[in-house]
Amino acid sequence: MVTLNDYLLVSGLLFALGLAGVLLRRNILIIFMALELMLNAANLSLVAFSRFGTVSGLPNYNGQMLVFFIITVAAAEVAVGLAIIVALYRARQTTNVEDLNSLKF
Amino acid sequence: MQNLPWIILFTPLLSAVLIVLFTQRWRNLSALISIAAVFVSAAASIVLFRTLPDSTTAFQLPWLDFSALGIGFQVPIGITIDGLSKAMLLVVTCIGALIHLYSWAYMADDEGKSRYFAGLSFFMFSMLGIVFANNFLMMFIFWELVGVSSFILIGHWFYRPAPPAAANKAFICNRLGDFGFMLGILLVWTATQSVDFEVIKAKLPELAANPAFLPFATAAAICLFCGTVGKSAQFPLHVWLPDAMEGPTPVSALIHAATMVAAGVYMLVRVYFIISISPAAMEVIAVIGTITAVLAALMATQQDDIKRVLAYSTLSQLGYMVMAVGVASRDGAMFHLFTHAFFKALLFLGAGSVILACHHEQNIWKMGGLWKKQPITLLTFAAATLALMGVYGFSGFYSKDAILIAASEHHPWIFYAGLFTAFLTAFYMTRLFVVVFFGKARTEAAGHAHESPAVMLIPLVLLAIPSVVAGYHGVIANFLPTPAHEAASNVPYIASGLGLLGIALGFLLYRGQEKDPIRIPLLANKFYFDEFYALLIWNTQDLLARISGFIDRWILDTALVRGLSSGTWGFGFALRFIQCGNLQAYALLFGAGVVALFYFILFYK
Repeated sequence: MVTLNDYLLVSGLLFALGLAGVLLRRNILIIFMALELMLNAANLSLVAFSRFGTVSGLPNYNGQMLVFFIITVAAAEVAVGLAIIVALYRARQTTNVEDLNSLKF
Repeated sequence: MQNLPWIILFTPLLSAVLIVLFTQRWRNLSALISIAAVFVSAAASIVLFRTLPDSTTAFQLPWLDFSALGIGFQVPIGITIDGLSKAMLLVVTCIGALIHLYSWAYMADDEGKSRYFAGLSFFMFSMLGIVFANNFLMMFIFWELVGVSSFILIGHWFYRPAPPAAANKAFICNRLGDFGFMLGILLVWTATQSVDFEVIKAKLPELAANPAFLPFATAAAICLFCGTVGKSAQFPLHVWLPDAMEGPTPVSALIHAATMVAAGVYMLVRVYFIISISPAAMEVIAVIGTITAVLAALMATQQDDIKRVLAYSTLSQLGYMVMAVGVASRDGAMFHLFTHAFFKALLFLGAGSVILACHHEQNIWKMGGLWKKQPITLLTFAAATLALMGVYGFSGFYSKDAILIAASEHHPWIFYAGLFTAFLTAFYMTRLFVVVFFGKARTEAAGHAHESPAVMLIPLVLLAIPSVVAGYHGVIANFLPTPAHEAASNVPYIASGLGLLGIALGFLLYRGQEKDPIRIPLLANKFYFDEFYALLIWNTQDLLARISGFIDRWILDTALVRGLSSGTWGFGFALRFIQCGNLQAYALLFGAGVVALFYFILFYK
């Protein structure tokens, strides 16, 4: 029997994986994908909460509602983010974040 | 007729305003306006003297009204017309007129002629305000205005180093005295609920009947006397007057010899009815006057600057007048004020003529042999000198003897001090006269000296006449009540003998000398009063200033204000290194922040 804890564990692992990717990878595209991974970790836990948190015998659809929102926002974010990355690449000829360090004093 | 006092009072003010507002650029026009104004005042004064009856209430302008404060207290600009103010009025306007005329020539080439004449006119206005005042508040305000105009005129040559310093010194010393004066006025007001001289005079006998009032009256009288100490440069605030000689010579003659410094004595005589209640205050006044007279005469014997000798002589004579008030001879004080105003103004104007002839040289040891080059200056100066020495037949003889007789009846020591001063006066004036006019010319400039222009000589001659005759009973009785003369007194003989001794000694010591044969550093350095005051101020006020300066500079400014700002700046500087530009470092910090936030929210209570 798969319990809520198992889902949350997987979700946490996914989130940690995403965070590690964001913090450790140098390619900005990979960082971007790791970011998506963190969003999906959140989606997974939300769906799990929805499934296990029943209201009068039915799943709590509030969680699933939020998931749809997140997917929508993530799609929009991907569109904008990828566009930024492309523009950045055109300007700087690189996708390595260690070379993109001009945002400082 | 009804407007006469107002014409006298406000014409000089009008002239000052006109000059300041409109004629600054036309120097000679400014001078003419000022001279015309003072002559109008002088003429009106003579008419007033001859025609108007005594009155203290006939002329009033509404001025300060405190009834809105619920104390029903009004102060008018009120004119006192009595024997005292009439005599003083004539002295001020007539000497003022002559000195204005003299200034025309003396200041002929001065760049600041307009400013100078505006200052003179303003001074005339302020001084006349004091003379006319019928209440304390009006007198006090004009008293301060006189201080201001004196400040302006001493500092006339403000681009040199010494005059502004002297002007500051004069003003600060005056302010010290005036503070006491103000306290005195407040004390009198507390006792009588009035500042009007007549009202106070009417209320005082009733108050004085109560013995408990005596200490209060003493305090009030001594506070009022502080005003005199400042304005008439009495010991211990006498230090400003010699320095005030940095101003133009006509200013020294008008303000720092004849009129303004005499205002202190005038005020004492005016409020004599208050002072005379308290014998203790009278003693204080007599002693201060005596000390001033003797000290200043001693200092005068060793000065080398012609104007400073005269300044110390003025101090000494003012000491005489104050002493006279102290020994209850206000007639003697006013008599001496009256004669002194003429001969001392003449002495200063004569000194100005000498100074101008020697190309602005004031050291008497660089003059000499002027007797054949400046005969008219010599003669008039001699008349004034003899008057100052108190030689028989000259005005000073009569007024000085009036004071000495009053002193001899009062206390022997004050009398002896007065005699000693008379002796010293004869001595130092002989010294001055011999060194300046006789012997050989000691410098090139003195050798080429020539007589001053007529416009300067006319005031000299006109002043020489009253310097001689002002003391005669037939003359003075027209202006002032003369002291009861005691024919039996032998005081005049003693004083004359001592005076002759001083003259003889002066001649013997200084005839044909090239430099001063006696050197007394204590006297030449004015008893080290300036040094003492500098030390005193350095150790008291300046000490306080240095401490508060230290607190302000190092604790408030550096530690608090700059400390706060540089602390903020330094903190910001340190935090700037977090902004390394590395995206992942930001993300790490952001993540750490979120973790920390959760930790605090969830586990930290």
